Order: sequence, then C-alpha cells, then structure tokens
Amino acid sequence: MTKTVNNRAWFFVLPVFAIVAFSAILPLMTVVNYSVQDTFGNNQFFWNGIGWFQDLLDPSSQLGERFFDSLWRTLLFSAIILMIEVPLGIAVALAMPREGWTVALCLVLMALPLLIPWNVVGTIWQVFARGDIGLLGWVVNRLGIDYNYTGDPLDAWITIIVMDVWHWTSLVALLCYAGLKSIPDAYYQAARIDGASRWAVFRTIQLPKMRRVLLIAVLLRFMDSFMIYTEPFVLTGGGPGNATTFLSIDLVKLALGQFDLGKAAAMSLVYNLIILAICWVFYTIMTNVDAQRGRVEA
Amino acid sequence: MARITLDHLAHAYRPDPRSAEDYALKEINHVWSQGGAYALLGPSGCGKTTLLNIISGLVHPTRGRVLFDDVDVTDLSTEARNIAQVFQFPVVYDTMTVRENLAFPLKNRNVPRDRTARRVEEIAGLLDLTRVLDRKASNLTADMKQKISLGRGLVRPDVAAILFDEPLTVIDPHLKWQLRSTLKEIHRALDITMIYVTHDQTEALTFADKVVVMHDGAVVQTGTPEELFERPAHTFVGHFIGSPGMNILPCRVEGATAFIDSSAISLQRAYRTLSGGERIELGIRPEFVRLQPKGEGLPVQVRRIDDIGRARIARVEMGGRPLAASVPDGISIEGNEASLVLDPNHVHIYANGHLVAGEAAGGQAA
Repeated sequence: MTKTVNNRAWFFVLPVFAIVAFSAILPLMTVVNYSVQDTFGNNQFFWNGIGWFQDLLDPSSQLGERFFDSLWRTLLFSAIILMIEVPLGIAVALAMPREGWTVALCLVLMALPLLIPWNVVGTIWQVFARGDIGLLGWVVNRLGIDYNYTGDPLDAWITIIVMDVWHWTSLVALLCYAGLKSIPDAYYQAARIDGASRWAVFRTIQLPKMRRVLLIAVLLRFMDSFMIYTEPFVLTGGGPGNATTFLSIDLVKLALGQFDLGKAAAMSLVYNLIILAICWVFYTIMTNVDAQRGRVEA
Repeated sequence: MARITLDHLAHAYRPDPRSAEDYALKEINHVWSQGGAYALLGPSGCGKTTLLNIISGLVHPTRGRVLFDDVDVTDLSTEARNIAQVFQFPVVYDTMTVRENLAFPLKNRNVPRDRTARRVEEIAGLLDLTRVLDRKASNLTADMKQKISLGRGLVRPDVAAILFDEPLTVIDPHLKWQLRSTLKEIHRALDITMIYVTHDQTEALTFADKVVVMHDGAVVQTGTPEELFERPAHTFVGHFIGSPGMNILPCRVEGATAFIDSSAISLQRAYRTLSGGERIELGIRPEFVRLQPKGEGLPVQVRRIDDIGRARIARVEMGGRPLAASVPDGISIEGNEASLVLDPNHVHIYANGHLVAGEAAGGQAA
C-alpha cells in the first residue's frame, strides 16, 4: 500500500490536537508533575525526583510490595477472565441460531448485560450473592456449601469472576457471532462435500474467519479487565483484606484515601505505561498478521 | 462414475406447497448419462441452483427420487454421495496451503498418507497448480482458487459427478476462456459426468455436449447446441439462446399459410389442428430473415443497422413490432422502406409458447 503525503492535512488535524491537549495532555502533565513531588497537605509540595518510581519498582519497599501485589492480582484476574470468556463466548456464538425470529431474541437478551451501568452490575451482584437475602448466596448456602464473599477471599474472587463473565461474555459472543455470520454458506456446503467433521469445520473455516474479531475481543476484554474498578469496588470494596484490591482500586485508595498524591501519580503513570505497552504488543501482532497477508498478495 | 437419474423430482421451499406456483422446481424427469458434459442454462431464479443442490444432496427434494446408477440416494447425505461441487465464489481453506487444501477431502476420508500425496501431485499436475502447491491458498487469485475448489473434487478417485454452480462469475474475462478449456480437457481426460450451471449462453454452448434449458422452474428443452438453435422447442429457448434472439410474431395460421396482419407467409408444413383459443406465434431466427430493398416480401421500416463484426443485423419494425434481420453482403438500403424474406425451412409455429410439429404439406391447397 502506498501512502500519499500531503502537508496541508496537518491543518485538519490541528483542532483535534488542541482538544486532546486540553482534555488529555494537560491533565497528564499535572500527574507527571505530582509524581516527582511530595506533599503533606496545605497545597505545599516538595521536590522528590524519581524517588517514588524507585520505591514503586522495588518490591522490597513498602510501596513496591503493595504495587506488585496489586499488579499480580490484576494480571491474574485478566488471565482468568480471558481464559473463561473467550472460549465461552465462541461456544455461545456457535450455539446461536443463524436465522429466524430467535436471532433477534438472542441478540437482545445477550446485549442486556452490556447495557447495564457498571455500578448497577456491582450492586445487583452484591445483593444477589448475599447469604441472607440474595437468591444466589442463599441457594448456595442451603445446598450445604459454605459461601460468604465478604469473608472468604476465594469466594470473593469467584463472585467477581462470575459477575464479570455474566457481564462481558456476551460481548465476545456478539463479536464472534458477527464473524461467523460473515462466512458464506458455500464454505459450509463445500466442507460437507469434502466430508469435513464438525471439529474440522470449526478448525478450518470458523476459527480462521473469526480470527480478526477474536483479536479485537481479546484486546477489549484484556483492557477492560485490567482496568476494572467499579464492579469490584461496589461488590467487595477490595476486600476481604486486600484480596480483591486490583490496581485501580489500590490507586484510588492511595490517592483519595491516603491522599498520597505523589505516590499515586507515580503509580498511575506506571499503570498507564503497562497498559500502553500491552496495547502496543497487541497492535503489533494484529498489524503483522495483516502485513503478512498483504505482502504475499502483492 | 455413475448415471444420474431424476425421477419425478420436484421441490418447493415452502413446507406445504399447494399450487404449481409454490414450486421452485416443477416436476422433472431426466437422465444424465455417465461421462456427459451437460450445461444447465437459464436466467437467474429459474431453479437451476436448486436442482444442482438436490443432486449434490445439500437440499432434500419435496417429491421424487434421485438415483445414481440404480441406487436411490435421495436420503443419503452429501458426504455419502461421491459428488463434488464447485461454487460461484471460490471456496478455499484460508489457513492451509494449496497442497493441504487438495488433500483435505482425502484426509477426512482417512485415505493413507502416501496415496493422498501421490493423488494430490497428479491432480495438481492436471490443473497446472504444481508450482503453487506449497503456497497459502488464501493469497492466490480467484481463478487459481477456483481451480483448487475443482481440484478438491477431482482428487477423490470415486467421484461420480462434478457440479459447477456458475463457476466463472468472479473470474476475469480473459481467464474465463482458459479455465473453460481446462474444464473441457479434464472432462476428456477423466471421463467424469459434469453438470455446469450458468445463465450465460456462450459458456453453456461452448462447454456442453447437451444443454438443458430451464425456465420458471421447469425444463423447457434438452438438446445439443445445434438443436437449440435450429429447432427451439419453446419460444423462451428461441428468445434466450442466440444473439439477437429469435423473432416471435403473433400470427394466424390456416393450413400451410400463416398470416401476420394482412401479409401471408407460406409454410413448409400444414397446421390443421390449431384451434382459435390458443396464442399462436411464428418464430424465426434473424439469421434466416433476409433484408432486401423494397419489393417482394414483408414490408418493414428500417430503424437502424448494427455491424456486429461477422454480420450486419438490421433492426426493423413491422406494424409497430420490432424484428431483427440479417443484411446480406453487398445490399444497401435507401430510405426507411425495405422488405423481409423469410426462409420457409426455418419458420416455426408455436402454440402457447410450445413448438407445434405440423404435418407435411405436400399436395394440400393452402
């Protein structure tokens, strides 16, 4: 592909730059400013250099230990979420009807969780999973399983994961469904004529055709789960103890709970860089896949 | 290898067909003999793809049976039928190389590896795919992909027939000829029954030994390209095949004379059986209508003369009805007035669209 270079195009980009500067770059610079200073309140700041960053990336320091604990928790959460939601989403998409009035019904039902505000999702599950008045918690306890998400870390994790799966699997499923719908019937007919098994059809036709949307789904689900805040904040508040204190929750505790603006600013910058880095890796993989195709076709 | 018999076959997409209109495919009885090259010709929506899908087993017919040799396969699945089908849009398995694509049907049928490999090489040679065998199939051009689809059918040694569903639709014009001659060569080399669905008369007439013309869910004529040209059994065939198509004129027939408006045309055969209730038409191909300066023959108005390379075709009007006629070499027409001379050997009479045989007119008075 050849690109046309036209310097006048910059004029069209300038307004966007101005808006982005006000909405993103200026606030970001404020955070950068905080990250190299310390404050004891009264709006008095003291120069601290890269001290916060050194602490943050040193697991033996108090701040570093806390940071890495939250980071591993968040990474583990994202990994579990992806491992459940992606295969489940594919399975749901494959099981969905391909035509008829049931299609619309399925789509609406599946879109419902996506339309609920995140703090409402948290509230729904907070009540739903309670042992005394929540339907889920009550039933599970009556089945003889000792379940209490406010007291037991494992129960808290399971509840958050189930909640996230309930909330977001339909996104993966809808994306995959769109990918599946784009496959012409002739492919399935040819596969039948070629004697392909159900598994072979999935491996050789459906999965390759879904690859693009799957990459997008994985990217979106990773980003969202890595930045998850509202639902676990409402559901568990990060507890019990620190069991479900993900990076975002920790950051808010640090900045607004303890008012350690310097530490919090340094932490949010590193957090941001991690997300950017992972985004970049995904972007590179996706564009490489496309470039490879383009090269051979040319 | 097999003879394919369609026995009282009919299909409706609605679950409870009542009238004839509900049938996408009206009752058909037909035998496709082993090793034949057939074309199924008709306009879009005439039911030819439905018929093809019934033969391959992708669609189960509402009524009737499909027989391969003498075995009833109506209820057999596609996989069990030994049929290969090439679709309008090329189907290749994107993640596989060309070699893996060609081996796929054999792999699914658990053919031993070494036999598969040999067979793939053989078919690749036949289709001129040897040099791209190890490339990814997704990166090839449409005609290459279509060859791969064909190859996946040919690679199965037991294949009874290959069905083509408008396979050249997405192929560049200059490659169409090439691919079509490849098909002809393969047909000669492998002695496989081929059924080729198309709405393009040139494709049908150049590919097939026998053409089956379909119209509105029914077969209107089956014959060699010559038969379709010389003796169209239905006005639709006359009009659909040929460029330009047959001239169809409403007329009145009395014995061996046809009357168009007030002009009388003497016929080779007599038609005594025509009753007044039917729609009677006279059909003649432009190739057998000669334009000449005003004089003997049917008086017409010349609208324009098209030079189509190998011949000149005159567009004329007779009593407000458009006609096409051939202009012999060396003839020039002055003004709009001219006359038409019809070759009586090629005049056909149709009643309600169907050809009427007539009887020898010898000795009878008109």
